[in-house]
Parts: sequence; structure tokens; C-alpha cells
Amino acid sequence: MKTKHLFFFTLVLTLPLLYTMVGGELPGNHYTMAALATIVQFYSGARFYKGAWGAFKHRASNMDTLIAVGTSVAYFYSVYALIAGLHEVYFEISALLIMFILMGQWFEELTKGRASRAIEKLLDLQAKEATVIRNGKQVKLAVDQIKVGDIILVKPGEKIALDGEIIEGSSSIDESLVTGESIPVEKHPGSTVIGATINKTGSFTFKATKIGKDTLLSQIIELVERAQASRAPIQKFADKVSGYFVPIVLILAIITFDVWFLLLGASVLSALLFAVAVVVIACPCALGLATPTALMVGTGRGARLGILIKSGEVLEQARDIKYVMFDKTGTITEGKPVVTDIVGADKQMVAEVAASLEAASEHPLASAILEAAKEHEHAPKPVKDFKAIAGKGIIAKFNGKPALIGNRALLEDQKIKLTLNKEMSELEKQGKTVMAVAYGGKLIGLMAVQDCPKEGVLNAMEALKKMGLEPAMITGDNEHTARAIAKQVGIKRVVAEVLPSQKAEEVMSFKQRGKVAFVGDGINDAPALVEADLGIAMGSGTDIAIEAGGIVLVKNDIGDVVKALQLSRKTFSRIKLNLFWALFYNVAGIPIAAGVLSGIGLVLNPAIAGLAMAFSSVSVVTSSLLLNRSKI
Amino acid sequence: MTELIVLLGSLSSIALIIWWFFMKPDTEVVAATVNGNEQTVNIIVSGGYTPHKILLQKDIPAKLIFNRKDASSCLEEVILPDFGVQRKLPVNQDLTIEVKPDKAGRFTYSCGMHMFFGEVIVK
Repeated sequence: MKTKHLFFFTLVLTLPLLYTMVGGELPGNHYTMAALATIVQFYSGARFYKGAWGAFKHRASNMDTLIAVGTSVAYFYSVYALIAGLHEVYFEISALLIMFILMGQWFEELTKGRASRAIEKLLDLQAKEATVIRNGKQVKLAVDQIKVGDIILVKPGEKIALDGEIIEGSSSIDESLVTGESIPVEKHPGSTVIGATINKTGSFTFKATKIGKDTLLSQIIELVERAQASRAPIQKFADKVSGYFVPIVLILAIITFDVWFLLLGASVLSALLFAVAVVVIACPCALGLATPTALMVGTGRGARLGILIKSGEVLEQARDIKYVMFDKTGTITEGKPVVTDIVGADKQMVAEVAASLEAASEHPLASAILEAAKEHEHAPKPVKDFKAIAGKGIIAKFNGKPALIGNRALLEDQKIKLTLNKEMSELEKQGKTVMAVAYGGKLIGLMAVQDCPKEGVLNAMEALKKMGLEPAMITGDNEHTARAIAKQVGIKRVVAEVLPSQKAEEVMSFKQRGKVAFVGDGINDAPALVEADLGIAMGSGTDIAIEAGGIVLVKNDIGDVVKALQLSRKTFSRIKLNLFWALFYNVAGIPIAAGVLSGIGLVLNPAIAGLAMAFSSVSVVTSSLLLNRSKI
Repeated sequence: MTELIVLLGSLSSIALIIWWFFMKPDTEVVAATVNGNEQTVNIIVSGGYTPHKILLQKDIPAKLIFNRKDASSCLEEVILPDFGVQRKLPVNQDLTIEVKPDKAGRFTYSCGMHMFFGEVIVK
């Protein structure tokens, strides 16, 4: 019988016994009570006997041991009392205890089910089928029949089946359920799409690039599963306690009986009731549930926000982090330089000359300049006598006249006067790379390029500071550029001119001053992510760096670093709170049940002790569930 | 006289509890059966895990076949944290958990509430 049904069945049988507790009398009196209690003891309580016996054979003990022993003592004493013709029988205690414990187990099943639902929810996101275009025809196929390279048609409102790349058509896609990104994302040919996200507006076709276990969703599920199965080091303590817990409680119950009966001269019955209360109030389950349920809820909530916490250990590492180091490119900045300023009397002309010269160049800044020219609606024009001068710039003939784009050194070489010196210095002070543009032997303007900070970085840094953390930036850029960017986003600690291979060493030297979290893209930064006390890998698109980093962020949003650290801290403090409560409950509950406070009139009826026990584990699970509501 | 009997009874009960629960003899280690590039071991879940300690060979994929005989909710879940696995065990049915023992060492696993423990030894 299911716990819920068994509980209601038992409730019906125990209600008449409850009636006797408030002074009522049943027909047949003690014999009716005995009959009802016997059914409860051996039918409703059969599962406890089975569990206790199974454990006993292995010389182990568990919750069932305590319940079986506690209820048996109360029941068999009453049987003895009935046969011996004693006045007082306590059949209602054993029956009520079993009823309360079943109620607690039923509630616990309900709450635990809610705590562990994260994985099921993720699995439910998976699309079941998709429209595949094969041989020019549309066919509906189950997702597991789709191969890499298949072309899939997605209509508005449909779920995208797998990860892939858009071939034709555009749309906006709701990725919130997988990445946590709340605003729909615009997608065009060439954009990546993520399986299990929802197509909103347009129709499009895409080529499947990842199937089965390789899709982003499958990887997220695997990560969450692993995290929920992981153990937090703090659990070790509870594990140690639980091994000794039940036998120690049994010994304490015997001592309680002896103290009352032998030393304090109480009757067998009242000494026995104190001993039973000790056995049934103790709850090793609350201790056992404290860590895993909080871990489950915390990692589950993280998954919904696109924050994947990889193990329980990570939560402890996140607790006393002092520095949060960011890799600059791609994390703090867009990772792509853009033209920020065009200076000159004829800006259109500056953009046109610059773009035409850069069109043939392979310099990393060329694409930024071409992009800017596109915005000014200038297509690059053909140039003649193109010459790239390493470290200086480009010279060529544009419209038959000499033209150049480059730095101060190039102007000097070509004997062109730098008339905009003040403007150039000003832009350089802001950490921008400035190029002079000359045409017909004269300087006509300047173009400044910068890898700009991402939106929200400043807010994120402020939030980190409020949490008592110090943000730091590490980059291969020169000191000047690095400081200028750092200033814009509110970072004071900067480590500049670091080669990619030296990042891990820098992290190591920072670690001497305090615990370090390193935030990087997970691909180039893997050694630094591993070296740090806590590695936070930021993902983008369908690629998430599963291997590197203790925390993986599905979407490339720096605000999630703050959320990840907040969630880790909150989950860890919830684990501590749960463990404290579970310990406190037992440490305080057992002496009270033993009658330590009977001097001031505080005596627990064993049935009430059982009720407290049943709800102590429910309260721990509920406390873990509250993590879902905490503000992040 | 009654007092003396109660006292002796109590002391011997305490001694029995200590002996039975805390002075367990070391359990036998059962090695998995290796068949080509696969090793399997059956684990009965009833009041604990039998065998309590299993021996796996390193780098050979292993199938741990759990069969839960015990309906008690205490044992409904099994967690192998070092292998990243957490599963619900159906009653009276085999449930196979596949693991890759690529690191040598001793790895404990437990029930969902961390009350019952088993051990996987990888050599």
C-alpha cells in the first residue's frame, strides 16, 4: 500500500483510540483498543519491522529500528498489562506513533518529490519530434532518428528539436528555459540555435549540428545529475554521526529507564514511557536529509537560471572567496573591437578612406573599421599601390592621391604633420587605439577603436563589492589600455601584459593573498580556471566548457557571476542551517523526552515525541525548498 | 532484587548493542566478474548492501546491478558521488548502473539519506 493510503487507513483505526485519550470509552473497552492497536502495529507497522530486521541482520540500524523498538515496547507493555489485569494500558501510544510517523513519511515524500524535480523538468523540455526535410519532402521524425547534418524546419510556436545552425529564415527565439535568458534572442542565417528552446515569430530551417548526448540540454542534464549526486565535504560530519546514532539512542533509552526506575523510584510504566519517548523523538533522518536536499534544490534552481554548479564541494569553495578575477577579453569586454570615435572636419571622408585602405588588410582592427564604414553607408573603394607596413599601418593610392592609415610613426615616416595631436592624446588616455587617416598629403582625421566593456559589467562589479568581494582584471593588453577599461567598469586591481600561458601563474600569486575565483571563457582559460580556488566558466551559444570550472554559466552574461556566487553562498548557508537544526533538534529533544525538564512540568507523551520526530525531517526538506524562494 | 535484575539486564543490553552494532567483523570483498571488456557485479539491497564491499578492476567499464528487496524508503535511492550517479531503485527489479572505474581507490556510496553505506574498491 502507498504511504498515503496506509496513513489514511491507519488514521481511521487510530481515531477511536484518540477518543479514549480524551476520556471517552469504547464498547469492549481495552479489548477493542487492543484489537485496533494490533492491526496498526502489525499491518501498518509491518514496513518498519521489515526495514529494522533487514538492517539488524547486517548489524546496522536505521530509522525503522527506532520506530520498531519504540512502538513495540509501548505495544507489548500494554499487552502484558491487559493480560495481567493492570488498570493502565497504552495501546493508543503505539498506534498513534505509527500513524504520526506514516503522516510524516507521506509529507516527506511529497516535499522530497518537489525538491528533486529539477532533472525531470529538464528532461521534459526535450522535444519529442521534428519536421525534417529529406529528399525535398517534409517528414515528421522522432528526435532520436535525426542525424547530424539533417535539415529541420521550425514553424512559429514550435520547439526546436536539437542544437544547430540556421540555414534560411530569421526569427526570435525564447531561450529562457535552457539558458535562463529572459529576453527572446534574434536569430538569422548562421546563428546557432539551441535544442528545447521555443521559436516565437518566424519560420526557418536549420542544420542539426549536435544530437543525443552532445546537445546543450543533455550536457546540462548530465551536469545537474552529477552535481546532485555529489557530496559536500560538510556532509562527512553528518555521515559519521549517523553511523553511531541509532545504537547510541537505544543505549540512552536504557539509561533513561534505569535512572527513572532505579534512582528516582518511578513506576515501571512511567520509566518505560520516558524511554519510549527517547527512542521515538530521535531522528537521524533530519541529519541525513540536511545536505542532499539543499544541494538538490540549490543546483536545480541554478539550472533554471543557466547557472550550473558542478558539485557540493564548489559551494564550500564559494563561501570564503576574497578576489574575483576576470579575464578581460570576452568576459568584461565584447572581445571584438569597435570604432568608438571618428574625429575630423569631414567624418564621412575619414570613414571612406580608412575603410578602403583597410579592406585589403588582415589586421584585427580592419573588421572594426569596415563595420563602421558600413554604418556610414560607405562601401570600400579599390585602392592602388597597397602597402602594409608592419607595426605602423597602411599606405596606398586612393582616387589617384596618396592616402594612409596608421600610427604616429607612420605619419613621421611620410612627413605628415599631426595637427590633431591633442585629440589623439585624449583618446589614447581613454585606453583606445587611435589611427590617423591622411589623404593627399594632409591629416584629415582620426579613428579610435576599442574593445568596449559589455553592458551590465559596472553593475556586476558593484554587486560583487557589496558582497565583500574584490573584483580584479587580468589581460594581455598594455597597462594603459587595461587601466582605462578597468576604470570604466569600476575595477581597481589590474594585472596587465600577461601572456595567456602566464594567467595560471598570476592566479597562483593572487591566491597567497586570499581565495580566488577566476572567471573566463573556459576554452583559453582552462589552466587558470583549474588553478583558482573556484573556476567560473562562461559559455556562449551551444558550447559550454563542461570540463573546466566548478561553476559553468550557460549564457555569456557577467551578471550571472554575481548570481552564481549568491546562489552558492545561500545554498551552503542553508546546508549549515539544516545541519544545525537537525543536530539541535536531537540534542535538545532527547533530554526533554528523557524527562530532564520534568521538574518544571515539561513531560513529553511518547506520541507527541513521535509527532515531533515525523515533522523534524519534513521541516528540513521544507527549509531546503525555501531556497527556491530566496532572493537572487 | 528486582532492581538488581533490572540493572544487570540493562548493562547486558548495552553490552549487546555495542557488540552487535559497533564491533562488526570486517566484511568480505567480492570481486566483479570480468567478461571481456566488461565487469559485472550483483548487489542485493536489503537492510544494507550485499556484498558490502565490491572490487572492480581499473579501466574496465563496470555494470553494478542493484536489486532492492527492501521496500523501506530508507533504501529507495542509491548515491555514488564519486561516479556522479544518483538513482531510485525499484523494488524487486534489477537496476543497472554503469560506471567507468578510471581511478584507483576506495569509494563509498550510500542511500539517499546517508544512513547505509557500501564501498567500491578500484584496483
